[in-house]
Amino acid sequence: MSQFKPVILDPERCNGCVSCMKRCPTEAIRVRGGKAVIRYELCMGCGECVKACPTNAKKECYDSFDGIKDFAYTICLPSPALYGQFSNLVDINVILNALLALGFNKVFEVASGAEIVSAGTQVLLENKDFPRPIIGTGCPAATELILMRYGHLAPQLSPIEQPEVIAAKLAVDEAIKETGLPREKIGVFAVTQCAAKVSSLKSDSARKYIDRVLAVKEIYFNLLAEIPSTQEKPLADLARAGKIGIGWAAASGESSGLCIDNYVSADGAENVVEVLNQLENRRLHGIDFAELNMCSSGCVGGSMNVENPFLARARLRILRNKAVLSVPQISCGEEFCRTEYQPKDVCKLSQNRAEAIKLTKTIQDIHAGLPGLDCGACGAPRCMALAEDIAKGEEVACKLL
Amino acid sequence: MSESLKLSYTVDGGDFVSAGKASEGVKRTLKSIGIDPAVIRRIAIAMYEGEINMVIHASGGTAEIEILEDKITIVLQDKGPGIEDIEKAMQEGFTTATAAIRELGFGAGMGLPNMKRYSDELKVESTVGVGTTVYLSFNV
Repeated sequence: MSQFKPVILDPERCNGCVSCMKRCPTEAIRVRGGKAVIRYELCMGCGECVKACPTNAKKECYDSFDGIKDFAYTICLPSPALYGQFSNLVDINVILNALLALGFNKVFEVASGAEIVSAGTQVLLENKDFPRPIIGTGCPAATELILMRYGHLAPQLSPIEQPEVIAAKLAVDEAIKETGLPREKIGVFAVTQCAAKVSSLKSDSARKYIDRVLAVKEIYFNLLAEIPSTQEKPLADLARAGKIGIGWAAASGESSGLCIDNYVSADGAENVVEVLNQLENRRLHGIDFAELNMCSSGCVGGSMNVENPFLARARLRILRNKAVLSVPQISCGEEFCRTEYQPKDVCKLSQNRAEAIKLTKTIQDIHAGLPGLDCGACGAPRCMALAEDIAKGEEVACKLL
Repeated sequence: MSESLKLSYTVDGGDFVSAGKASEGVKRTLKSIGIDPAVIRRIAIAMYEGEINMVIHASGGTAEIEILEDKITIVLQDKGPGIEDIEKAMQEGFTTATAAIRELGFGAGMGLPNMKRYSDELKVESTVGVGTTVYLSFNV
């Protein structure tokens, strides 16, 4: 994700501790000159560093709600994780009506897009030639991790677009029909829960459909303030998604929408890595689908939510059980599939193999002379990472020697 | 002159959860060297099978890997019970694993056959009561 920075550092707040560096699943962080530095070419936007930072120095990047003024007509695409942020919510329509009260002209649930993805994946599962397990792309951080570290699994990634993109396409078509406005006058705003989603919705393939990406936490309090106004008149029935779409907000939701038993669902960075390693060893024989969520508990665990993930998950469970089982009226055709994913070459030490072998030997030699405590005091997450940095010519050294 | 890189690992016996650590480490190194992902996958599968074999049958062993610019060799050595009939052990589906191990999803009799299938060269030396050494090589 080199062109967009999913997370940035507020240097004033950073005290140079090793909390974020230690938690980063791709070892993309170093501490230099007493401040955390992100190596963006390795950043997948998972937000683990944001959650780990004790001084709130790490911030996700997202757009401002004020951007609503830039368009004649605006569409809001709320993610299902948003529904889990409110206590005593009995009807999702309350949130959807509150979004209109906030100033959006139209609301289209990401959960509806998700139901089309689920239906499309069910069709894909019938194609026995597609390599197994099919890997879901609901979590963009997991997709990014695969492209960076497990490039040869790229052909197993589901070719179906992200739910936000499908929702955006459908919502814009409807809005153009309803208003007669040209596309450029219509602003499409996704409301999401994590830095990786922002990043992926700002990628080349998605940004022509989605104009702005907002954070759940940024609109939360304003939205909460609008809830009483929605009780003044009868609620407009805007909720289209059912059980399956709502389920996408939590881990295993995407899988359970497929109505199959032979899936694996892993949540939490370490568990995702574990499953990917098993996948490489072909230990997942007989498994047709893999759902990978970098956040523990799934999207409710995203760093841009306001509520505790476990509580949000409990609330969503209630909403989900109450919801109907909706069957999408639109089938998941070619127009909802994307071009092939391209693996990224970020692990290579050198383009020249002999050079890379030599460098690896140097790293081994340097590593052999380090204490092996992985304390992080040097500013690298592990002794091996320090050895790599030294071998690549960085002027860094072990603080204990 | 081509430099060679050596890696060595100890594989603990009886521990299915940590089995695969050695092939994990090798995979990481091969990725950083820029070996073709399809070849890495073959190496990972063959080596993982070998590791699992040492866990199931031999209460562990050692894995020595040598990486050259155009060739990777792996030597898996254990001091286990040895293989009575290597030819038989090479047949798909032939297994001496216990029912308990098969219950765990291992011991399907595909270990050596898979190692042969995914490597460019396989050599097995074994003496009953002394141990087994498996040589695997891959052209890269």
